[in-house]
Amino acid sequence: MLTILFDGVAYGMLLFVLACGLSVTLGLMNFINLAHGAFAMAGGYCTVILVNRLGVPFALGLPIAFLVTAVLGGLFERTLYVHVYAKPHLDQVLFTIGLVFMAVAAVDYTMGSSQQFVQIPDALQGQFNVFGIGMGKYRLLIIAICGLLTIALQLMLSKTRFGSRLRAAVDDPRVARGLGINVGAVFGITFAFGSGLAGLGGALGAEILGLDPTFPLKYMIYFLIVVTVGGTSSITGPFFASILLGIGDVAGKYYVPKLGAFVIYAIMIAVLIWRPQGLFARSTAR
Amino acid sequence: MTSAAANEVAAYLKRRARWSPLEIAFWVFAFATIWLFPGKYLILKDTAILALFALSLDLILGYAGIISLGQAAFFGLAGYFSGLVAKYGIINEPLLALIASGLAAAALGFVTSFLVLRGSDLTRLMVTLGVSLMLGEVANRYSNITGGADGLQGVDIQPILGRFRFDLYGHNGYVYCLIVLFICFVLARRVVYSPFGLSLRAVKGNPLRAAAIGIPVKWRLVAVYTFSAGLAGLAGALLTQTTAFCSLDVFSLDRSADLLLVLIIGGTGYLYGGLIGAVIYKLLQDWIANLTPQYWQFWIGLVLVVIVLAGRERMQGWIAAARGALEDATARVAARPAKFASDRQ
Repeated sequence: MLTILFDGVAYGMLLFVLACGLSVTLGLMNFINLAHGAFAMAGGYCTVILVNRLGVPFALGLPIAFLVTAVLGGLFERTLYVHVYAKPHLDQVLFTIGLVFMAVAAVDYTMGSSQQFVQIPDALQGQFNVFGIGMGKYRLLIIAICGLLTIALQLMLSKTRFGSRLRAAVDDPRVARGLGINVGAVFGITFAFGSGLAGLGGALGAEILGLDPTFPLKYMIYFLIVVTVGGTSSITGPFFASILLGIGDVAGKYYVPKLGAFVIYAIMIAVLIWRPQGLFARSTAR
Repeated sequence: MTSAAANEVAAYLKRRARWSPLEIAFWVFAFATIWLFPGKYLILKDTAILALFALSLDLILGYAGIISLGQAAFFGLAGYFSGLVAKYGIINEPLLALIASGLAAAALGFVTSFLVLRGSDLTRLMVTLGVSLMLGEVANRYSNITGGADGLQGVDIQPILGRFRFDLYGHNGYVYCLIVLFICFVLARRVVYSPFGLSLRAVKGNPLRAAAIGIPVKWRLVAVYTFSAGLAGLAGALLTQTTAFCSLDVFSLDRSADLLLVLIIGGTGYLYGGLIGAVIYKLLQDWIANLTPQYWQFWIGLVLVVIVLAGRERMQGWIAAARGALEDATARVAARPAKFASDRQ
């Protein structure tokens, strides 16, 4: 029981790191980015190549994966995404689904369609046994990294100058622009950072979520659930939503193996009917 | 005064609803394909089914402005429904089974329409997607009934009306799909050109103002969503009946996403968009799949990205211009014999 809870929290933390970039994109520019998972996949494959083929240590592979996907995200944002911001939602959906299709086929072409595994150092394998609860070392590491990241993100958003600019841009882009905040640049950096986080999540999660070319399609729905259920106006909303989702999913798959995902979708629809703006949205949300 | 205005409106609607020569030519050609391409029945049949499916999405997307990624829910439900009733011999006659499947899908559409009415575009997207994924999970869960991942096998479809057997070459299957498509098209056309259809356009343009001039926005949307679900269901049932098979991928996201692409290629908001889009999409898919069998998805994705970046409106403008030119040409051709006749006198 507690092991399930533990695994669920680890899973949820991972989902949060994967999805928080998306929550900012959606919240900031009201942009529906279905291709977010593609960046996570890029991070995962980047780590696979680095660690398995080039022999880079795992601990070094993670930050590189973050950097590579961040640069990739920034590049895509500046060259392609900027043209689509002002377009209607339908165009955004089409555009990003198109990107997902291309990413899936391109990875299939270059890396093959089989599932990839990252070689994790021996020190991280195995379990601790605390009070009869089996805790995987690797999952513990995930919780630690993701927990630290969450705190860092929260501090960055609430304490730094960049954070306050970002929040201003979220609340009202026009007024923010009027105050001399370069909203486009703020958004570009945030997008790159969010993509980088997704890449880091993909690298960390390759072991748990599995990594194959259909990754962006398979997990797109989970990211969207996190964002829609959590609301897009804060970072705590998506955080709690992903923990809930993680626990719900692991527990669902354990207790009702064949109906696991059904429970998640049902909860999502129920929440969206009950509060279309998300579970933790502020009442003043636009 | 009021009766004059009413007459004017009635005359306007009638004028709008008239079948243009180009439309007639389109359908004549569509039925001529039965004799023109005898070796291509399978792809033609798939195109007809896809066209019907796209037509159903166009009704809610192009006319009512509801973005949906879950049209596959109705497609899949009716697909399984028609497969199951045929397998267990509940309704043996395919035509009756088809209608029943359509009604089942419409019922699901009616129930879920209330979920879709709320919230923003994103919420709608998630709810429609969620519904279709949930149905997929249910179908997977009750694999003893649906066959699960292996698909629904052992479906034996009886001859249509007890006379026309589904043959190996797909001739009867194609004719059957084409006739159903045509009937559904005429129905949809009737709906779109009615005052009801006009009110939908008003709702799409501005729901608030539409409500202010007395249009019951909510019920109009419920009605069109239900109707569209029924059409999508017919498409799903046709697929199961003509292939005697149904698998879990009827509920997949890819199916709904492809459908959006079909509609975007053809253009939203006029009924032929779905049909033309389906033809182009199938040709494109066939062509690309021949070039690179495994990676055709990449090129489909590229097409999507390019369409959006090039500007959907601009492209639709070209299509509309081409359509206008064609219509002019056909009108001139149609007018010529009459002119000859009058000259001779």
